[in-house]
Amino acid sequence: MDDLLQEFIAETRETLDALSGEIVLWEANPTDRTRLDAIFRFVHTVKGSCGFLDLPRLGRLAHAAEDVLAAVREGTRAPDTALVNAVLAIVDRIGELTEAIAAGSPLDDTTEDLLIAALAEDALPVAPASAGPQTRIASRSVRLAVDLLDRMMAGMSDMVLARNELARRLRDQPIDPRVEGALERLSLTVGEMRDTISRTRMQRIEALFSAMPRMVRDTATPLGKLVTLDVEGADVELDREMIELLRDPLVHIIRNAVDHGIEPPALRHALGKREAGRLLVSARQTGNQIVLEVSDDGRGIDVDRLVAKAAAAGLHSEAKLAAMTERQRLELIFAPGLSSRDTATAISGRGVGMDVVRANIEQIGGRIALRNRPGAGLTIELQVPLTLSIIPAIVVGVGEQRFALPRQSIEEIVAIRGDAVRVDDLGDSRIATVRGRRLPLVDLASLLGIDGGRTQALAIVGTRDGNFALGIGAVLDSEELVVKPVCPAVMGTGIYAGQTLPDSGLPMLLLDGAGVAAAAGLRFTPKAIVDENEAAAQERGIDALLFDDLDGRRRALPLAAVDRVETVSATAIQRTGGRLHLSIEGGVVPLVTRAEPPTTGQVTLLRLTDGVTEIGYPIRDAHEIVTLPVAMAPVRDRPGIAGVAVVNGEQVEVVDGHALFAGELAPPVVRPLCLLHHDGTGWMETFLRPVLEASGYRCASTLAPGETAAVTLAMDDDPPAASANGDPVVLLRSRPAMPGEAGIYRYDRAALIAAVAAEMQSHDDMRREMAR
Amino acid sequence: MSELFLIAHLAGRWVAVAASQVDSAVDIGEVVAVPCAPPAVRGLAALRSRVVTVIDTQVALGREPARAARRAIIAAIDGHHYAFLVDAFEDVFPFERTSLSSGLALDGRWAAAANGVVERDGEPLLVLDLTALVPAGTVIDDQALAA
Repeated sequence: MDDLLQEFIAETRETLDALSGEIVLWEANPTDRTRLDAIFRFVHTVKGSCGFLDLPRLGRLAHAAEDVLAAVREGTRAPDTALVNAVLAIVDRIGELTEAIAAGSPLDDTTEDLLIAALAEDALPVAPASAGPQTRIASRSVRLAVDLLDRMMAGMSDMVLARNELARRLRDQPIDPRVEGALERLSLTVGEMRDTISRTRMQRIEALFSAMPRMVRDTATPLGKLVTLDVEGADVELDREMIELLRDPLVHIIRNAVDHGIEPPALRHALGKREAGRLLVSARQTGNQIVLEVSDDGRGIDVDRLVAKAAAAGLHSEAKLAAMTERQRLELIFAPGLSSRDTATAISGRGVGMDVVRANIEQIGGRIALRNRPGAGLTIELQVPLTLSIIPAIVVGVGEQRFALPRQSIEEIVAIRGDAVRVDDLGDSRIATVRGRRLPLVDLASLLGIDGGRTQALAIVGTRDGNFALGIGAVLDSEELVVKPVCPAVMGTGIYAGQTLPDSGLPMLLLDGAGVAAAAGLRFTPKAIVDENEAAAQERGIDALLFDDLDGRRRALPLAAVDRVETVSATAIQRTGGRLHLSIEGGVVPLVTRAEPPTTGQVTLLRLTDGVTEIGYPIRDAHEIVTLPVAMAPVRDRPGIAGVAVVNGEQVEVVDGHALFAGELAPPVVRPLCLLHHDGTGWMETFLRPVLEASGYRCASTLAPGETAAVTLAMDDDPPAASANGDPVVLLRSRPAMPGEAGIYRYDRAALIAAVAAEMQSHDDMRREMAR
Repeated sequence: MSELFLIAHLAGRWVAVAASQVDSAVDIGEVVAVPCAPPAVRGLAALRSRVVTVIDTQVALGREPARAARRAIIAAIDGHHYAFLVDAFEDVFPFERTSLSSGLALDGRWAAAANGVVERDGEPLLVLDLTALVPAGTVIDDQALAA
């Protein structure tokens, strides 16, 4: 809650600073509608925030001021000097209270009743409160203009490209190890820097969602309502600024849903609904848009009443209202000062939220859409752009060209030649059957008119309306991309969601799954609305992938651990360092297997991840995704098997994901440096270096300026000259030592590693001793 | 009053482009095609960390596509960066802009893109408005999207 409070304080301070000018102008001309609206929005927002931050004093002040300003907006009260002064006194008081909260100092509330009383129509004029000395405490964070972050980001991208080019040029010729070392360090720094800078702009939408359960509860309880809240997609990342801008609209929408949408339990019971209303808040990414949906199963909007109110308020003429489409009528909810509810409440007010919500969303280039189901609920959909956001993407090749697909929109990628996939012609269209599931097939090469593109794999792309299989040439890479909007002429094609400049330095287009489906003429029948009420109440087992293991047994593995299913060449799997490794994407991934994998042909592989470590699990064939029953039979003496479950009447061993990863250690973050003292034979470089690197050390044959070695390794017949300063040295012998002789036999691997570790340790201890 | 103009050679003739429209004049790198885009969009190219949309000026003026895509004038139009292909460019010179002489019959595309004439050593040059060469995106129907 502390973070939220800090944000509230920062935001209120900022708005107050901006508002001070407006206030003076309003004072000069109380009939100025725009100024009035600005001040009204401010107090309304403060009231809203106070509700869920539990700041009743501020809330009371803001509510009182809002009431009066609403009356002015509706024209029932004239904005005379007394009223203006009273409102300004309250705005000042809000500022003082905010500072008091920030400083954690008490502020007496004796005058607040007077301030509120002064708002009454018959109140005696009061002198405007003079702002007392305000003590501001230093803030712990810095607020930066996003523009500055943009420039940093652009500079960073330039730096990455320059680094790539430098690396490319250097690779063309023999390279001095010192230069290589320096380049490596540069690369590392640039990479870390890029991550940091990217992070300065990105935030998980969780930051927005985490306050929701409390807010829903606090809104529902005083109203005597029961609400179950479901939140989906909290891990969607978007621009920090976007999150800030979405906070208020979302709060308004949720409060409205609880207050106006969901009926009291008794009424719901009488209507045959579950007593607890259901509120679903979800976030997902589609192309370069983030879609936020707030969906309730309450009463929906009564459009007829809305129209009647619009007519009564004189917003539009009767004739114009009569000529409106259903959609336009529904959108009257966004008209300023109009609400479908007759009485104002402390919770969400008079529907005023909706005009503010729309203004805020449109300001950031977003859209708001309503799906009204009278009597059955309302879904409000917010679409906001994702400009300059980083999205995980899969790079696919079609012919000579490369395209990116948002990872989130891809369910899976399957190779066409496998048994699990078949492609049929159905009339003039094609259909793919993937593990018994029929999907319309769109061939990317022919859709885009690219020659020479052989379709070798299918990406199962999920869109809002349905899924389809996209025929692609190959999966080339998986990358985090900074996506920017494309120019209107390219946007007009409808199939691209943005453009990006990956590390290759060649621009790439991001495909929009829904746009591709539309361009290919796919028509999805709307999904039936499933009544999830009952299903949600029932406990569900976890989803798991069913597969045939290499030993022929059928097993299941929790789906959450499976990153993707891939086909790799058997030659990429090698027994190195005493275990199986797979070389892929320029790195090595350790493999866990129950049987020896085939040595020729192709191997199907599950890429597993626990979020930190990655391992591979070769299998014979992947089958389907199943939901495991909650009950599982325990097993005995079967390491790596969590239990036996019955799936489709068949016994299936469930692989213990924990055991798979328990055997894997994440690479150490800090790798101490070993200086290899050259003996001129190259033995150190060829034989010793890999051993040390495998044990988690870095190796170098010369030190870069300013670098110190944690330990120096040298042959005993050629000890390093500079060891006098007490740097730890491990001397190696060419022959096994006779009793009494010092040094370590260079092929005694265990002793060697132990000696390096011991030297490093004792040296550390010594340094600490000396520092004391 | 004289303005600054960049003199460029494109579609077989010399033209002038108001320097206020021009961001820079550079050689661009490899162009990546954009399938399904309007023909005047040659593709995308990287210019430092920025992606620019490469416009084939010849196509935009209703002629054959340019053979090579190398030299280009970079301009920012409505928040997007474009590279307009040219065969060559000279320096920037100050000229007086005069309106097109009446009775001059330009072909449709040229007529839309020309907004004046400057005179260089007695030779008249058309002033080309780069914004007129940018192909329009199809207007997205809000109703259709919302439905």
